[in-house]
Amino acid sequence: MTMSDIQNHTRDYSLVGESTRRAVETGLASAQWYHSEVPRKVMKELMQRRDGPAIRDTIIWLGLLVASGAGGVYFWGSWTCVPFFFVYGVLYGSACDSRWHECGHGTAFRTRWMNDVVYQIASFMVFRNPVSWRWSHARHHTDTVIVGRDPEIAFMRPPNLFEGILHYIGLLDVVASFKVMARNAFGILTPSEKSYIPESEWPKAIFAARIHMAIYLAAAIASLLMWSILPLMLIGLPRFYGCWHMFLTGLLQHGGLAEDVIDHRLNSRTVYMNPISRWIYWNMNYHVEHHMFPMVPYHALPRLHELIKGDLPEPNPSMWHAYVEMVKVLLRQRRDPEYYLRRTLPATARPYREEFHADDAVPAASSIA
Amino acid sequence: MPWISACEADEIDAEDVMRFDHDGHTYALYRSPDDKYYATDGLCTHEQVHLCDGLVMDNIIECPKHNGRFDYTTGAPKGAPVCVALKTYNVKVEAGMVMIEIV
Repeated sequence: MTMSDIQNHTRDYSLVGESTRRAVETGLASAQWYHSEVPRKVMKELMQRRDGPAIRDTIIWLGLLVASGAGGVYFWGSWTCVPFFFVYGVLYGSACDSRWHECGHGTAFRTRWMNDVVYQIASFMVFRNPVSWRWSHARHHTDTVIVGRDPEIAFMRPPNLFEGILHYIGLLDVVASFKVMARNAFGILTPSEKSYIPESEWPKAIFAARIHMAIYLAAAIASLLMWSILPLMLIGLPRFYGCWHMFLTGLLQHGGLAEDVIDHRLNSRTVYMNPISRWIYWNMNYHVEHHMFPMVPYHALPRLHELIKGDLPEPNPSMWHAYVEMVKVLLRQRRDPEYYLRRTLPATARPYREEFHADDAVPAASSIA
Repeated sequence: MPWISACEADEIDAEDVMRFDHDGHTYALYRSPDDKYYATDGLCTHEQVHLCDGLVMDNIIECPKHNGRFDYTTGAPKGAPVCVALKTYNVKVEAGMVMIEIV
């Protein structure tokens, strides 16, 4: 494929462009998605909310944050502070994402105010506007990896792998988030943001951005007054030096898989992970299951997985395996943006739902097993 | 206004929801934990998802797609991403049947 071919295949990922119009016209937007069959009584039991697991995990999370942060401050100026900030950074800059996500769904705790408090704290840590990102993520669930509709597509085709690598130190993400937050704080929302945030919520988004920016400004002023980077090592910078685990796990969610389909088995990935990563990630490694049934809390996802795994592609047995699989696809997509990974379903599964993508489906020979 | 027989009262579990379709319209019927019955429009006002697949907790129905919440006794929105209230309908139980007043 030549460069001009690639440019001709470059898709419009904006939320107010040609792809948006096409997605709405073809019925891809707000479509009925495939889901595995789970009896209502079983699903009711899986959906039940509990405070216990999230209270336990939040006490551990915040306790470790305070302990590692205190250790980092105590040993500041010597190399001994490095392991403390390593732990603090991951708990701040990576675990915040899964807490933001689960509390945004309202599934972490049974008690609503607990979800809301942790959601606000985690939104600040992850540098996301708590109002606009709630709507952004709702759209991501309505139109998962639908080009022109989903505001949370990580790898746009053809993928830029250099940018993908920079994600692991937060360079692109945080700088972009800072610009958005600053713009919001000045009372400006883009047409894309206005496309998924109801007008009644615009003032709330602007107010939240002003609160976040004020706290970051206070941390920056404290650093200047103390003539030390230490205050920013505790507030703000962990989003750079500690976000690697967020992207290590998060980029696997949909990377290299199909676009413009209405079956989460085709565009989402479930990966078996070690228990520490699963705790940091709050079980979002069961990502097909989460997208099919977003009402199921993180602590019930392993049980849901056991119930429906016969209807899903084989999970990747490890993060390493998933990365090898994904990177191969991303490398090929640089010269062939139409290519994607279409994984084999087990014999026990119902066939992929094809209605909206039959014309664009790649031949079996061009996909990898 | 016409009262329509929707289902037998014990077809709905306590603290649960059931779908009822009539004349091209879909409704959601609820049985609260204290054994009272309620009815609303059957589709979420946010993205037109069937609420019958959602979760009932006390007097709240949570949409299965985006976790938006309504008070099903009043129809009031109680949590993002829903902003617009659900339409509610009068319900009564007669001779073991749940009746809904279609307006």
